[in-house]
Amino acid sequence: MWTFFHKLSSPQYLYAWSGRLIPWLIGASLVFMIAGLVGGLVLAPPDYQQGDSYRIIFIHVPSAWMSLFIYMVMAGSAAIGLIWRIKVAEMVASASAPIGASFTFLTLVTGSLWGKPMWGTWWVWDARLTSELILLFLYLGFIALQAAIEDRRTAARAGAVLVLVGVVNIPIIHYSVEWWNTLHQGPTVTKLAAPSIHLSMLVPLLIMALAFMLYYAGTVLMRVRCEMLERERNSRWVQDLVRQP
Amino acid sequence: MSLSEFLHMGGYALYVWSSYTVALIVLLANVLNPYFRKKRLIRELARKARLRSRIR
Repeated sequence: MWTFFHKLSSPQYLYAWSGRLIPWLIGASLVFMIAGLVGGLVLAPPDYQQGDSYRIIFIHVPSAWMSLFIYMVMAGSAAIGLIWRIKVAEMVASASAPIGASFTFLTLVTGSLWGKPMWGTWWVWDARLTSELILLFLYLGFIALQAAIEDRRTAARAGAVLVLVGVVNIPIIHYSVEWWNTLHQGPTVTKLAAPSIHLSMLVPLLIMALAFMLYYAGTVLMRVRCEMLERERNSRWVQDLVRQP
Repeated sequence: MSLSEFLHMGGYALYVWSSYTVALIVLLANVLNPYFRKKRLIRELARKARLRSRIR
């Protein structure tokens, strides 16, 4: 078990291993996405208050969960990279940023498209929306910072500090709907009492969340592989790899 | 439920379908971007490796 993890921290081994895994992750994600869409768009009944507009939830909520989850993965791997100087951890952190930013963007756009028919406005400066927007800026700031520093190890260290400071925003986003009076509705699923959502809507929602999780795993490995090729371009294994016809 | 009823989304077609379209574009872009980046990288590195072996 430990030897397996040890091997994974070697770029050469991780490159080969993830190359075999990626098609399965993306494929499984696609299957779950289709299942979730059929469940959410066709099988689930309209909401008794919001009609069919609530169907945006199947993109909006899993995206929002992913935007927070990916940030935590980024912070965790950035910390590991900062403390133990493990290159693969640094790569996971920088590879996660564009995907996390994408999910944050999706959350904001779908939220806006949901807010217009339900609240009558595309945007309000309410606590939930504003803190999620700050999350997008944290992602973009991290990407810009890494791009601005030539040396990859220095870039990783500077980025890690930014990401770790930004972690303070995560509980703010999560609890914003409880701490402040917001226009945004309270949590539907992630609370201690039973979820206030019917099973016919909850099941496709969770399937979509699983699909997004697998999608993230697949795409982050794709990006980590690119990072490896770039960073290790002069190493023996990359040279052997590119010389093969 | 008929197809046109399904596409109509109870009057919320614009909001629901634009959400799903944006999601499709963003998700697709995040797969295609690293896919082509890797192809380009390997091609570039292979070209440099060939040049280097010719110099030697």
